[in-house]
Parts: sequence; structure tokens; C-alpha cells
Amino acid sequence: MAQEEVNKAITGEYNLGFEIDIEQDTVPPGLNDDVIKFISAKKDEPEWMLELRLKAYHKWLEMEEPDWGKLTYEKIDYNSISYFSAPKQAPESLDEVDPKILEAYEKLGIPLEEQKQLQGIAVDAVVDSVSVKTTYSEELKKHGVIFCSISDAIKDYPELVKKYMFSVVPMTDNYFAALNSAVFTDGTFVYIPKGVRCPMELSTYFRINALNTGQFERTLIVADEGSYVSYNEGCSAPTRDENQLHAAVVELVAMKDAEIKYSTIQNWYPGDEEGKGGIYNFVTKRGICEGDNSKISWTQVETGSSITWKYPSCVLKGDNSVGEFYSVAVTTLAQQADTGTKMIHLGKNTSSTIISKGISAMKGQNTYRGLVKIGAKAEGARNFSECDSLLIGSQCGAHTFPYLESKDSIGQVEHEATTTKISDEQLFYLRQRGINEEDAVSMIVHGFCKEVFSQLPMEYAVEARALLELTLEGSVG
Amino acid sequence: MSKVLEIKDLKAKIGNKDILKGLNLDLEEGKVHAIMGPNGAGKSTLSKAIVGHYDVEVTDGEIIYKGKNIVDEEPEERALDGIFLSFQNPVEIPGVNNAYFLRTAVNARRKHLGKPELNAAEFLRAMKADVAELGMKPELINRSLNEGFSGGEKKRNEILQMMMLEPDVVILDEIDSGLDIDALRAVSEGINKMKDGKRSFLVITHYSRILDYIEPDYIHVLKDGQIVHTGGSELVEQLEKEGYSSFEEK
Repeated sequence: MAQEEVNKAITGEYNLGFEIDIEQDTVPPGLNDDVIKFISAKKDEPEWMLELRLKAYHKWLEMEEPDWGKLTYEKIDYNSISYFSAPKQAPESLDEVDPKILEAYEKLGIPLEEQKQLQGIAVDAVVDSVSVKTTYSEELKKHGVIFCSISDAIKDYPELVKKYMFSVVPMTDNYFAALNSAVFTDGTFVYIPKGVRCPMELSTYFRINALNTGQFERTLIVADEGSYVSYNEGCSAPTRDENQLHAAVVELVAMKDAEIKYSTIQNWYPGDEEGKGGIYNFVTKRGICEGDNSKISWTQVETGSSITWKYPSCVLKGDNSVGEFYSVAVTTLAQQADTGTKMIHLGKNTSSTIISKGISAMKGQNTYRGLVKIGAKAEGARNFSECDSLLIGSQCGAHTFPYLESKDSIGQVEHEATTTKISDEQLFYLRQRGINEEDAVSMIVHGFCKEVFSQLPMEYAVEARALLELTLEGSVG
Repeated sequence: MSKVLEIKDLKAKIGNKDILKGLNLDLEEGKVHAIMGPNGAGKSTLSKAIVGHYDVEVTDGEIIYKGKNIVDEEPEERALDGIFLSFQNPVEIPGVNNAYFLRTAVNARRKHLGKPELNAAEFLRAMKADVAELGMKPELINRSLNEGFSGGEKKRNEILQMMMLEPDVVILDEIDSGLDIDALRAVSEGINKMKDGKRSFLVITHYSRILDYIEPDYIHVLKDGQIVHTGGSELVEQLEKEGYSSFEEK
């Protein structure tokens, strides 16, 4: 297929690119103490939260934007961003939800009603910055599970929030985390009590909606002793011309014998062929395996955004705790991704697995950056890392930066890395059996991602497959 | 006698090297044609040219299949129309389930022929029967395509695909290479069962061993990019005694 045709096919209209016109309640662009006070007041927050926000803001002012990522983008003007927008009224039931929002969900293939009835998934849907709808919370309440917006949690469960917020990602952890700590507008809070296996998959769909408004989610999940929860996060955003900043923070805490499975599908607007208009995605995700025998598993399928800067990490503090990172990152058009993980082994006999699959097409640049750190007391620690890259065409790039820090040779670390170009011989083999070129590419790519997809909950895996197909449509070189 | 494939004055190169230099060959419906020749004569290039492999550039001549010149057709079009190549070295495709792949291929072909597609249960039933017949390990159908297969398992898998796809012209490129005697027998039986008086076979081989199992109707000697001699199965003996040097180029 000619390169021109390929480019045409791949840049076909971004099919989730539409806008909703909702009455917004937005602060003017720029950031100062007043804006932070406005956000806090708007959310009816207690004084202690405002103080923390202001503290984070002043720390942030002294910090510098990191530039070590293998990413090229124009400097962000933080004063051109509006830091708050929310639909005016928070509805009580689905009937009160703006029909345009419901329509938007419909277009995304995630009608709330259907999900409630068919999938048994409780959905805390975020349109822009305020949660408009939380479902299934009654059912969850029976099990003592708390699943609500972080704003509600600050008011209703201040002790839990005070105890755990900033405990995994300190407010000054990094530039973007500090910014988020100052201005986060909403997000999700989950608490699973001792010994409870959460009766359903929890899921939040995000949607960036207001023009020129950065979105700063904050998520906190605490799994108490012996509990289990699986949490799914999926995103999409409408087409627009200005770059949108997104700087989320996710904190996970797993106590003794607890397990948290966190899955992400990210398909925000990737920008055009020159990278114009896409989302800037600077995310800090970290979990701590606080107690013995606990487990945290990150699975991500990243196909969107023009810039991705994201390293979901695990601090393996408890003895025998387990950290996992499964990732598929796709960069096409002019997308750039610098993503990977950190596995910090502190406890004895801790183990971690890293499976990273990078797919690059067109002018996409894909970087894996991972750190495995074995602490001095982490006797018997084990890590297995596998980082594979698949190149489609000749203009794209793949880069791998694995770092290992181990003071003593008390741990066992295995690292494998491969870079393959989608093989002409593989393509030909499938075509000789009557499978057309597009389907053949998709079959090979799905095969490449299989280890990661198999980690996703079933409905989610189906969604991921479809998304991957759409993203790579026509990308045969 | 009707001809299913007519190759007329075919010239082809790989890179800058001329390999086929005006090759003529007719394949008769329902017959087994063997192509024999020394290394480097152009045997594999011929098979690649017929299926439209990207390595081979056809510079002149025609390949007429079912009355139509297919030189410019895409590989998948030729495949859907019933040309099947059993690869000399089948490639491994990690993560692609063998059964899933084959069902996709079979249904693509059935759709092309206007036949109803097979559902998963129908397909598996048919596949399992063929797997048993070939003496393949049943677990291979749920493994990744050819990944970690032994040489013999790969060749059996090729024949399995042939049986399921029911092609009209079967090209077997060095099907006997890397096969032990049991595998050779199983593979040959699979091929022989597929002879139905309509389906044609082009058996490309360096050694005559396979021809003890798959009896050819015609033997063509390929030397330096041309067919230099055509005869019956009696040629096998002559080749074994005298080697290829006894056949002069035209």
C-alpha cells in the first residue's frame, strides 16, 4: 500500500471527536491563591484541605518542570489554563443528567443505563471535573465498600482521606503531582474494608469537556487487610486545536493480604499528523504494597494523547508482596510516549513482573523507561522484565531505558528486550492464506499484545482490541 | 486435458539477479507435477512467482490461472482463488492462535466462494478430524502459529491448512525437508488423500525421496531458470543414476 494511502487511512476523522455544549462555570485562565480558594470554596471543602492545597501550590511555584523524558513539545503556559469548570448542578439521579452528556456516553459506546443493567459495573462518571453520577453505590454500601468522588470523600470520610492522601505520592513528589495537589477538582475515592472482596468491577470514565480547561483528577484507592478490588479507568476526549494539559495523580494502598488490580484504557485525542491539538498527559500513578503478601497490578492500554509521561509504579514494602505492570503503548501520527514503571523492592521475597509492549507507526516515538530498585533489606527479591517493541513503517522509533539499582546482589533480576519490525514474511504468510493485508497486520499486532490483553477484565479486553484496531487502521508500511 | 495453470515464457528476478529465464510450464487439472532440479536452478523462485511473493519481480511473461493472467494480482487474491503454497520454512507468528488463524483463513476462502462461514464448533470439529488424521499433537491447534513447533510439526501444520482450505492448486516447496520417515509418511498420506482428480499438485523437490510417496504424473527438470526436460516417473531413476548434468539446457 502506498504511504500516502496509509497516512490518509490512519488520519481518518477521530471518531470520538465531538463536543458537548454544557453551561460551564469556569474561572478565568491563570493560577494564584484566589483561584485555589475559589476551587476549594466551590467544592465546599473543609479548611484543612484548602491549607494543603495552598501548601502544594507554593511548593509547586518553587519547582521546575522536568525535562528528562524523551519528549519534545512546546513549553506549557500554566497561566493560559483555566483551572476550574463544572456543570452547574450535580444531579441526583440519571433522569437529571443533561441529555447531551448521556448522548456523549452513547457515542462513546458506554451508555450508563446499559452498563448498570448489563455489566454490573458501578460507574462514577466524570464529565470535566465534577462527578455527575455514581451508580450502584447502594449495593456497594451493603458490603461496606466506599466508592465516591474524592470531593465527597473529603467531606464524608475526612479521617481516611487525611490518613492516605499524599501518603503514596507526596504533594511535592514531582512538578505535575504538586500542581495536581494544588488544583485537583475531582476524582475517585475507593475504600474496601477488611476481608471484603468487592462484588463488582469498579469503573470510572473520564471525559475532558470544557474548552481550554486542564483536567486534574485525583484518585485514591485503599484496600484494607485481606480485601480485593478491580478498578477500571477509561478515557476519551473531543477534538480540539489547543493542547490540553492533563495531570492526574493516582494513589493505591494495599494492606496485608490485599490485592488491587488497576486497569486503564486511554484513548484521548492524539492530535493531528503534526501532533497539533492532542492531549498532554502527565500522570503520576503509584501504589504501595504496605502489608505482607499484598499485591498491586497495573495494566494499561495507551493509544491516545500527543504526549504521554506516565510511570505506574509499585513500592513493595510488605514481605512477599507482588507488583505487576502490563502495558501496551501505541504511538502513531506524531504521538510521543515516555512510559514505563518503577518497581521498588523493600520487603523480603518481594517479586515484580514488567511486561511492556510498545507499538510505533507513522512518526510515533515510543520510549520505555523502567526502574527496578532492590533495597538493602529485600532479600530474595525477584524481578522479571520483558520490553518488546514493534515498528510499523520506517519513520517511527522505539527506545528502551531500563535502569537497575541494586546495592547488593541479593535480588534476582532478569531483563529481556526485543525490537521487531513487523515482518514481511509474517505478513506474506497470512496473505498467502487469503487473509487481506489489513487483517493480517491486525492479527500480528494483537498477537504481539496478547500477554497484556489477557490481564484485562473481559469486556475491557474486547474494548482494547477494538481500540487498537481503530488506532492502527491502515498503518501498513 | 484441461490446463489449470499455464506459465508462459516467464522471466523473473530477485534483486538484480535474473533467476527465471523464459520458463514454460503447464499444469494439468487433477495431475501431480514434480519439479526437480539442482540448487540454485530457480525452483523456489518459481513457487514464489506463482503466489506473488514480494521478493520476486516478474519482468516478462504470463502466469495464466483459470484463464486469467495473475501476474499483477495481490497474494491474497491468488490464495482466495485457490492457489496454496506449503512453505519450505513456515514463519512463526507469536501470540496468534493457530486455530483462530486457520478459521479466519478458511472463512475468508468460504466467503470468497459464496459458501456459508463455519462457526467455531463446526470449524473445530473439522479441524480436529484432520489433526487426528495427520497424527498431529492436538495441543498444537491452541498454540501460537508455528511458534516453537519442530520442523516436522510445522510441515504437518502446513498440510493441515491445505486440507482445511481445499485449494485447487497446491504447491509443495521442499515438503520433505526436515521430516523423519514417520512424518514423511503422514504428510504424504495427507497429500494423497487430497487427490480428487481435479486438484493439481506442483511438488518442488531437490531429492526424489518424496516421489516414492507421492506418485507424480509428470516430472519436469528445472535448470538455470528454464524447464529443460519433461517426462514421466521413469525420469526419477535416470536422475538418480546420472544426476542433473545429463540433462542439457535447451
